[in-house]
Amino acid sequence: MIYMAQKQHRIYNPAMECIDREQLKKLQGERLAATVKLEYENVAVYRERMDAAGVKPEDIRTVDDLKYLPFMEKTDLRDYYPYGLMASPKSAIVRIHGSSGTTGKPIVSGDTRGDLDVWSEMMARTLTAAGCTSEDIVQVAYGFGLFTGGFGAYQGADRIGAMVLPMSSGNTQRQIMMMKDMGTSILCCTPSYATYLGETVREMGIDPKRHLKLKAGCFGAEPWTEEMRQHIEELLGIDACDIYGLTEIAGPGVAFECLEKHGMHINEDHVIPEIINPATGEQLPYGTPGELVFTTITKTGMPMLRYRTHDICTLTDEKCACGRTLVRMGRITGRTDDMLVIRGVNVFPSQIESVLVSAEGVAPHYMLIVDRVNNSDTLEVQVEMTEGMFSDTISHIENVRKYITDQIKSVVGIASKVKLVAPKSIPRSEGKAKRVIDNRKL
Amino acid sequence: MFIRQISVFLENSVGELRQLTELLGKNGIDLLALSIADTQNFGIVRLIIRGDKVDDALKLLRDNLYTAKVNHVVCAEVADRPLGLCELLTLIEQAGLSVEYMYSFLRGSGQNYAHMIMRLSDGEKAMQLFEMHNVRVLSQDEVDAL
Repeated sequence: MIYMAQKQHRIYNPAMECIDREQLKKLQGERLAATVKLEYENVAVYRERMDAAGVKPEDIRTVDDLKYLPFMEKTDLRDYYPYGLMASPKSAIVRIHGSSGTTGKPIVSGDTRGDLDVWSEMMARTLTAAGCTSEDIVQVAYGFGLFTGGFGAYQGADRIGAMVLPMSSGNTQRQIMMMKDMGTSILCCTPSYATYLGETVREMGIDPKRHLKLKAGCFGAEPWTEEMRQHIEELLGIDACDIYGLTEIAGPGVAFECLEKHGMHINEDHVIPEIINPATGEQLPYGTPGELVFTTITKTGMPMLRYRTHDICTLTDEKCACGRTLVRMGRITGRTDDMLVIRGVNVFPSQIESVLVSAEGVAPHYMLIVDRVNNSDTLEVQVEMTEGMFSDTISHIENVRKYITDQIKSVVGIASKVKLVAPKSIPRSEGKAKRVIDNRKL
Repeated sequence: MFIRQISVFLENSVGELRQLTELLGKNGIDLLALSIADTQNFGIVRLIIRGDKVDDALKLLRDNLYTAKVNHVVCAEVADRPLGLCELLTLIEQAGLSVEYMYSFLRGSGQNYAHMIMRLSDGEKAMQLFEMHNVRVLSQDEVDAL
């Protein structure tokens, strides 16, 4: 941590971020009750589930009542796509964001003006915690689009009043040119892209200390390690802070690290985190690893009650040296399902399977090989050659391969390398087949 | 008058081709002609064997988990001298046909001809063309006897 010269903690909203926990609990209870009522009155499927569980909105008065509510799952967003989970009329929704779902359709979330406001506040807190002020120049190298990264970082920086460079992702030479010319001080992108930018900067002979004005970065949307943090900090001469978010809950900024870099503070006045035993659904105490579950308590567009993230981590309410009282979540140490995050995109093996099943003559035997080469994730999809796909001409087989590649790109949203392998060469296993080999060192 | 060709899918890795030829050889299947088309990842091996062995070979390959298919290709006689092949290709080109792939026999007839195996964009049309221009096309029996 050689670049952490002086820890000067900045807090965007001390009243909320340093709130007395008893007071917070009371506020959460009130907001939860209102959210449950809104959900019960406006979202038919959730009302049915509450009725089936014998829970009435008036039963939910405090945070301790949360455990009586049924869970929501990513599959719910797929099953009730696109508007089925919205609790506000379409006219009140001002923005749609989305990410890949478990099969072909994306999952989408709708925000009201108020939801965007909350999200912007959460990202303003995130950037402030990394040291951002209105004097700063924020380069957003997350993609702008349905993906929440670009807009989330932009809104937060805008809220603070910083100068924003909405670069979107890619075009590294131009990113570096702007970074140098404009004097970027805060960088927002995925940690793997930050590494790539850092290495390119070094290759170009640019000394970050002399030629750049970077001081910090907020990096998220994919899992990373402490080693990657140190590498990025040394390459770019910055403080690298981890951020966490998900489209279903808000986008980036649900949780963020302060300069203590000791876990991510969860914006608990807007979301309530729980850790559960993924097998039983039972709540677990702080300090115990388990599945992270979020309940939004200020959203009105598409509120989520007890949404299961399938991310495994630990929560702690130990007081942080930065002064915030918000609980912190540790790094995500795994998943309870088979979701992969590849180049910031959520990928489910079932999506690939759906592509193969729908392609004529193609067998649904496949293996996904994920790796990280030159700081960029790679996905190889091994598909067994069948007689239906086979031909005596290369061009025919290449067309089949290209078709599969294009379909995967269109369904999953990322480029892959399809490799045709010999029949029966992919191991069959009884029960749940092993479909993924992840060679990334995370 | 087409002849039967077996094509086999192979992964592009060490030992694959040897294993294939070993399997065929140990089962008494003699290769009359062979070509390999390869990409970075995979290859297609095309084989001509005696007509009466094609069905057995196909079964053998499938039993041993190879992806294999039988296709019908043309075996045409070409004068064994400079421009011999060129003249045939000129005919094909002028008729608006295209050669999808082509390879030659491992063994010749010992005369002044070479034998080319080819797949053309329109096989039937090619047959008519060859007949019209007296290009000799070998039958499976003639191939077997080479």
